[in-house]
Amino acid sequence: MKNSSPLKWFASREGLYYLALALLLVVILPLALDPFRLNMVGKYLTYAFVAIGLVMCWGKAGILSLGQGVFFGLGGYCMAMFLKLEASTPEATAIQSTPGIPDFMDWNQLTALPWFWEPFHSLSFTFIAIIAVPVILAFVIGFAMFTRRVGGVYFAIITQAIAAILTILIIGQQGYTGGVNGITDLKTLAGWDIRTDSAKTILYFVCVGMLFLCLFAARFVQNRKLGRILVAMNAQEMRVRFSGYDVAAFKIFVFCLAAAFAGIGGALFTLIVGFMSPSFIGIVSSIEMVIFCALGGRLSILGAVYGALLVNAAKSGFSESFPELWPFAMGALFIGVVLAFPNGLAGLYQTYVMPLEDRLFKRKPKADKAEPVSQKPVEKKDEGRDYDPMLDQYSPEKS
Amino acid sequence: MFDGYTTSELMSIFAMQGFAGLSLFSVFVLMALGLAIIFGQMGVINMAHGEFMILGAYTTYLTSGFFQSYMPSLFGGYFFIAMILAFLICAALGALIEWLMIRHLYHRPLDTLLATWGLSLIMQQAYRSIFGAREVGVELPEWMMGAIQVTDLVELPINGLFVMIIALSIALGVYLLMYRSSWGKKVRAVVQNRPMAEAVGINSAGVDRMTFALGCGIAGIAGAAFTMIGSTGPSSGQAYIVDTFLVVVFGGAQSLIGTIVSAFGISQAQSTMEFFLSGSMAKVLTLLVVVGILMLRPEGLMALKVRR
Repeated sequence: MKNSSPLKWFASREGLYYLALALLLVVILPLALDPFRLNMVGKYLTYAFVAIGLVMCWGKAGILSLGQGVFFGLGGYCMAMFLKLEASTPEATAIQSTPGIPDFMDWNQLTALPWFWEPFHSLSFTFIAIIAVPVILAFVIGFAMFTRRVGGVYFAIITQAIAAILTILIIGQQGYTGGVNGITDLKTLAGWDIRTDSAKTILYFVCVGMLFLCLFAARFVQNRKLGRILVAMNAQEMRVRFSGYDVAAFKIFVFCLAAAFAGIGGALFTLIVGFMSPSFIGIVSSIEMVIFCALGGRLSILGAVYGALLVNAAKSGFSESFPELWPFAMGALFIGVVLAFPNGLAGLYQTYVMPLEDRLFKRKPKADKAEPVSQKPVEKKDEGRDYDPMLDQYSPEKS
Repeated sequence: MFDGYTTSELMSIFAMQGFAGLSLFSVFVLMALGLAIIFGQMGVINMAHGEFMILGAYTTYLTSGFFQSYMPSLFGGYFFIAMILAFLICAALGALIEWLMIRHLYHRPLDTLLATWGLSLIMQQAYRSIFGAREVGVELPEWMMGAIQVTDLVELPINGLFVMIIALSIALGVYLLMYRSSWGKKVRAVVQNRPMAEAVGINSAGVDRMTFALGCGIAGIAGAAFTMIGSTGPSSGQAYIVDTFLVVVFGGAQSLIGTIVSAFGISQAQSTMEFFLSGSMAKVLTLLVVVGILMLRPEGLMALKVRR
């Protein structure tokens, strides 16, 4: 690596972008916003985890998953199950016919805790499960699909179906999952009240910290040979395969990585918002997560964070003042991003703002310091090749 | 799960649930035919397909209202006019959308998926603003009400039968169009080898536009038929879209027969299990089985064999 020393890296252009984001999230927003709004920003940031995963999975490797809400929800439910058990002590639930189990189970005539709830009494198990459960599911799906070379549109539809299945299942099994209301009334995390303003502020900073960990993890992956192979796979899968790489293994890896990010995001979401419900899992919310990533720029992990922040802020803003206009705006955003600027904000930034920066700071434009978005032209041209079912898939002469 | 039922009761249950499944089957077939044409023939995912169907349903609703107030004597036949109108309106909108949006995205199928999702959001909200969030229903003409009594336990509602007949005739029509007309030959040529089809002088862009319009038009007919058996709301279409995609993919994307077979299988499985399990578990089980089979056999039940 060129920028081996951390100090040098922070002075590089990429480092400055990270610093700017850190400055925004750690200093500017906490100073400018009241605890309520800051909590909302925290909620938006939990979606950024999913968006970063999607950048790796969809932007780099070309695997569009429309079921990221599943992993987000699984992480969130794992956290919520622990918090719910902690809130349902025999003393707190003494009025129930079976004290000591969560209230919704009592309402649904359950008399004992189901077996899969038992391990969630342990905090360390919960922390492992938050990552392990989504990753295991992602591995199973990925293994079944990628080793059979299912990709592209088929993969998108099947992940979407899985999101539908999980939502119906959770809503249907009310006694075990809390049904359509989800798991609510969460109070403390290991004795620490998560509902106070100070706790919410602390959780916000925890969320920002985790976000940067995930950002660095994603950056680590994208800057290694591994990341290059992912991009190469997206552009020319056959050539990568013929070069001796196990394409399926790389795809499974990146899909699991995205699932892990989504799981962490979901768990933080539960902590910050204070409940978890199936509405965050379903088809609609899963596909919305894709737009966070698409708006920010499908190839830029930093862009994904801004995309998640902007879309969610706009959504709250619209929903407060013109609720009926929001779906129009959202729809236009989907169409606009896809038709007009497929590389999202990061792409626009690179085309219009970066040259200005270069002039301002008298730098010579250097491609190697930028995010790999600079490979855009090649990328775009090749994108269609992979998936077009009508044609010889890898015919080189197709435009 | 069959405990406590006698054989004859079981037979009647299967017959009744089987028939209930048939109206689901009709909706699936009508929606899936449009999708299968667009997806199978063009490789485009149209997430707004459900909304095109609802457009057809609202067209039918408006037509029935028009007939009720201005031509009550002809009310018995309004449905056929509505069906034609629904087809034309949806096909015209489909052609417009293809020209505005889809044709720029043929080489990026995943992006088409996102763009049409955006379109579906816009269409849904437009319905909500124009027709209100509440579901609307049409009044059935006299001859469509009632039921045919087959045995003591089994009776078949006429509107369900009628919708099924429409579904099957449309399926037959699509088959004839695809496999017995010169236009269908062009479509299939473009599917199998686009550069070659262009080389022999087929206007592939025109074929694409017509195919997309036809798919959307069939969605409109599906919507018209849908009003006969259920009420229409702004988001009714979205409720069917995932199931219908699974029907198409499960059947094998380029096979019309496969689509019909898989629509039949999925709707029957779901409806029969619904009697014994709760509705949501029946759906979960059906979808899980379909997804499971697709993981083992990604090309679907009946795949068109094309050299790649």
